[in-house]
Amino acid sequence: MDFRDSADEAAFRLRLREWLPAHNPGLPPSSTDDAYWAGMAGWHRALYDGGFFGMSWPTAIGGQGLPPVYEVLVDEELAAAGAPPRPSLGYLVQGLLEHGSDRIHRRFLPGIVNGRDRWCQGFSEPDAGSDLASLRTRADREGDDYVVTGHKVWTSYSDDAEWCLLLARTDHDVPIHRGISAFAVPMGQPGIRQRPLRMINGVTKEFGEVHFDGARVPASNMVGGPGEGWALAMTVVSHEREPGELGYVARYGKVVNDLTARVRSHPDGVTAEQVRELGWALVEVEMLRLHVRRRLSDRLDGVTHGPQGSVDKLLMTWTEQTVGHASLAVAGIDHGHGDHTPLRTYLYSRAQSVMGGTSQIQRNLVARRILGLPGS
Amino acid sequence: MDVRLSPEQQALRDSAVRLVDQLGPHAVGDLDDPGRAAALDAAVAAAGWRELRAAADGDAPLASGVEVGIVAEELGRGLADASFLGPTLAAELRRLAGAPAASAPETVALTPDLSSMVHVAAGAPPVGVAVDVRGASTALVLVGRDDGHHLAQVGLDGPPARVDLTRPSAPLAPSADVAPVAGAARPLTDGDLVRWTALGLSLACADLVGAMEGAVRLATAYATDRRQYGVPIGSFQAVQHLLADAFVATEGARSATLYAAWAVDELPDGDALAAAAVAKAYCARAARDVCETAIQVHGGIGNTWECLAHVYLRRCLLSGDVLGGAAASLARVLSHHGIGGGHGLP
Repeated sequence: MDFRDSADEAAFRLRLREWLPAHNPGLPPSSTDDAYWAGMAGWHRALYDGGFFGMSWPTAIGGQGLPPVYEVLVDEELAAAGAPPRPSLGYLVQGLLEHGSDRIHRRFLPGIVNGRDRWCQGFSEPDAGSDLASLRTRADREGDDYVVTGHKVWTSYSDDAEWCLLLARTDHDVPIHRGISAFAVPMGQPGIRQRPLRMINGVTKEFGEVHFDGARVPASNMVGGPGEGWALAMTVVSHEREPGELGYVARYGKVVNDLTARVRSHPDGVTAEQVRELGWALVEVEMLRLHVRRRLSDRLDGVTHGPQGSVDKLLMTWTEQTVGHASLAVAGIDHGHGDHTPLRTYLYSRAQSVMGGTSQIQRNLVARRILGLPGS
Repeated sequence: MDVRLSPEQQALRDSAVRLVDQLGPHAVGDLDDPGRAAALDAAVAAAGWRELRAAADGDAPLASGVEVGIVAEELGRGLADASFLGPTLAAELRRLAGAPAASAPETVALTPDLSSMVHVAAGAPPVGVAVDVRGASTALVLVGRDDGHHLAQVGLDGPPARVDLTRPSAPLAPSADVAPVAGAARPLTDGDLVRWTALGLSLACADLVGAMEGAVRLATAYATDRRQYGVPIGSFQAVQHLLADAFVATEGARSATLYAAWAVDELPDGDALAAAAVAKAYCARAARDVCETAIQVHGGIGNTWECLAHVYLRRCLLSGDVLGGAAASLARVLSHHGIGGGHGLP
């Protein structure tokens, strides 16, 4: 067991550390501002061009082909430098890698990885949230195309996306899990309308809803076979639960570093309760950083996502919400026109126990699939 | 960076699992079986685990903090009523002081709240509690002089106290003699004590992780067997979510503890202590929550002496206090980040 960097890892870390000062875009510190989302595409391409994106993905699709622990090295250095976290695309990449054909890989993955093509994920619907398999958006075959009709919601990045990884029902005569197929749908067409949704912290660039009304997608854009969309969806959401895939450790690290600096610069102006909340945030962020190292090391044994992803998602959620509370406690709310970043950081943290599968669903999965408790 | 256990470390864990499963207590009544406890004690002694921190070649310990943590975790999981914490911390003190191995089983004495090592002023009576005293006839304390902290021994007698039913304590008698440890090559430095504290905290954390795992297993098994309304209570989401949270907290505690155990021998003193403090804050809080969940899931049974759930809780309350609990550990973490006292924290 060795938590220390190998010689190669240390050299990589140094290279990133030297690269960052000139390339850090200085975006707002966390997911609190539209400017952050507007700057993400440029940040993605800068990381990619520097060789600091997709560290553990295959070189054939533009990744760096390195061991998974390099992902956490990137996160740690981004946090230390106060740079934005890396774009969270790993779950899309893993879904296409695992379920798409070679042709789909070649066609789509390089553009996702290098940041040239923006993607959104069309899974949830107004009546299919936790119960995703009940989704009603339909794709009906017409010649060489499928015609898509339906309504997707809580769709991240729908306003910027050129492509949508869509789940739609293609067979209405089989059990619901087996009638779903996945498609890569081009967003820029008359049959698609998207509308941004404003989150509770005011951000409008992250969330959206998408209406499909006779949108067309070539049958050759199906990812996997007909009826295999559910398997792809499970791969995607499993990866969406892993902090090592998402890079959020960098985001939390940046917030607690800022809060720590604030307390250090005004040591007499803080109460015991404020300091205690900061202390717990420091402890949980460090725990999560170490947990990610452990998980990424486990992958060297070929251990991949599974129900353990639900454990990671809950730890990540507890950490983000502890950081949110510390932000509120230490930085406080400006009730005038001042800096609302701490308030927005806190408000955004409430989404973590819902996105990628609610905490209630994660607990069900841990109880049934890890602890082996009986179904109700 | 590769934080997996080595094959040798996995083998150590496997042998600890086997030994504890075979000879550890499986019911509260087993704690009163002196034959079983003696067999477990003899097996732990034969395995040499209490000497993992003894000096091997030169001053280096026989094994790292990681091996100590592996053994501590399995002993905690199996509620082993054989000493390990006390003798291991005593052996570490002897190693750091360049003293020969103890001639008879010994442990360490901590302040009454267990938050630090006992320092005895010259001529003053010793005040403190010897921990994990099963089989021990003496406890180590420190005597401060101008050139550093000198090791001394205090004899133990009188009936043990049992907050933790598996690891008795013994208050030091004010009249007890404080005798210098023979053959010590040097006094301990402040840096030595920082590293010793890091080892003690990481050992306590590993014990807590093991106890949490044991408590979750115990409660999960009960929730699977126990039926109400005609179905196992473990089929109710309310019960499932309690147990899921307990399992998840245990996994977070494990990740923080692995790093603390590695840091004991690999990082500078201050960083090793900070890693241990992060783990201790997380583990001490999580362990109490997890054991409370185990009691809650057992319902009325969980509030009776016969249920093992409170044995886990009691063990966690002791390990939680050893060398500082959640509040003291939080203060250490903050101090490492340049935020000093003066906020009502210790």
